[in-house]
Amino acid sequence: MSIKLKALLKSPWVFHLCSGSCNNCDIEILDCITPRYDIERFGMLLVGSVRHADVLLCTGIVNKLGESRVKRIYNQTPKPCLVVAVGNCANSQGVFRGSYACGKPLDQVIPVDIYIPGCPPKPEAIILGVVKLIEKIKGKKK
Amino acid sequence: MKVLFYFLILPGFLFTAAAGLLSSWIDRKVTARVQWRVGPPFLQPLIDIVKLLGKETILPSTANKITFLLSPVIGLVGITLVSTLLWIMDANPNASFIGDLIVVLYLLAIPSISVIMGGFSSGNPIASIGASREMKLLLSYELPFILAILVPVIKSGGLIKIGQLLNYQAHNGVFAGSASGAIALVVAIICMQAKLALVPFDMPEAETELIGGPIIEYSGTVLAMYKLTRAMMLFTLPVFLVIIFIGGIELAFPAAIWGILKIVGLLVIIILIRNTNPRLRIDQAVKLFWGPITGLAVLAVVLAFLGK
Ligand code: SF4
Repeated sequence: MSIKLKALLKSPWVFHLCSGSCNNCDIEILDCITPRYDIERFGMLLVGSVRHADVLLCTGIVNKLGESRVKRIYNQTPKPCLVVAVGNCANSQGVFRGSYACGKPLDQVIPVDIYIPGCPPKPEAIILGVVKLIEKIKGKKK
Repeated sequence: MKVLFYFLILPGFLFTAAAGLLSSWIDRKVTARVQWRVGPPFLQPLIDIVKLLGKETILPSTANKITFLLSPVIGLVGITLVSTLLWIMDANPNASFIGDLIVVLYLLAIPSISVIMGGFSSGNPIASIGASREMKLLLSYELPFILAILVPVIKSGGLIKIGQLLNYQAHNGVFAGSASGAIALVVAIICMQAKLALVPFDMPEAETELIGGPIIEYSGTVLAMYKLTRAMMLFTLPVFLVIIFIGGIELAFPAAIWGILKIVGLLVIIILIRNTNPRLRIDQAVKLFWGPITGLAVLAVVLAFLGK
């Protein structure tokens, strides 16, 4: 594995992209940086600007208005970057499926690397998901 | 050749970068412990920099390309020069030249100026707000900082070489031991906090409102340069204060431990201030610096003239 990728996996800076979620998933993501879970142990940091990000944590159904924005934010992220879909909404539009505001699901707008189910997923599940993502990439490059 | 070696390797770039990354690890670890967390592993700051070097660098279409790419380089060169000068003079006080104190003071302002340039040139409104706040902050802390640095000069009877100040302290005791020196040191520590743009003076970067401020548009290698500059400042500014106020760092073996302890002590003070204070508004910060802090600094200068 190249040193570039190794460093990326050891210090994934996370950007939190919320598009039409009920805000519960977002609160669970913020739980991950509390002392109880402390994802800074793994070098993860929550960053405010998408230009600094390596991982996009996407929550929520991508509604019709948000679709172009989500695409734009993905394009603004410096590559290589990874996309994580957090919560049932981002995976499959969850309880909002069929609503008038629903556009395409997230994985048809931008490429998604891993799905974390749950409504909302527990912080443990989110951390496990990111760990699995890291393992997946390590396995792929071996 | 020798100058290049000094600048790039031993007291210069490589050494300062390593020490700066170490200090930024101490910063993050102590912060984590204060918040009852475990904190990042030892090599984390280095891994962050390596990762950023491997990422894509995006040029925003609204940015002024040359200034945008050049300003982090200017900041990095500025702080490297300061560190090189300080360590060479610390190792050999006779290498000092007239007015080097003034040169160091000017060079210390360059990293802030590079942040301002970068913020304005990136063409992002939020970056512009951050840069304008950084400028106001620079204007407000510079006056008390210079007044505080004036105190050792007055007390030593007008010596303006860093090397002479070090020799004076070796013979007559450290400046921080006297009343005026102690007050000046306190003022300088508060100004240092603002120079480093750490809480309570982090309003240029204000993650929660300006999401990164001037560096919001930076990514990849140029962002790595800013992070490195920040880390190097975190190491160099305490070294500067130790040299000016607390008698420098001796480079012989057992005495060097005492010198390192001085630097780490100042660093921990910075970190504790940062972790126990809320962020001030920019107008409050300007009021604070131009009011009470400048008052304290003037008091220290007056005491120094009286020989206290
Ligand atoms: S998955 Fe559930 S908790 Fe998360 S945004 Fe959707 S409805 Fe809310």
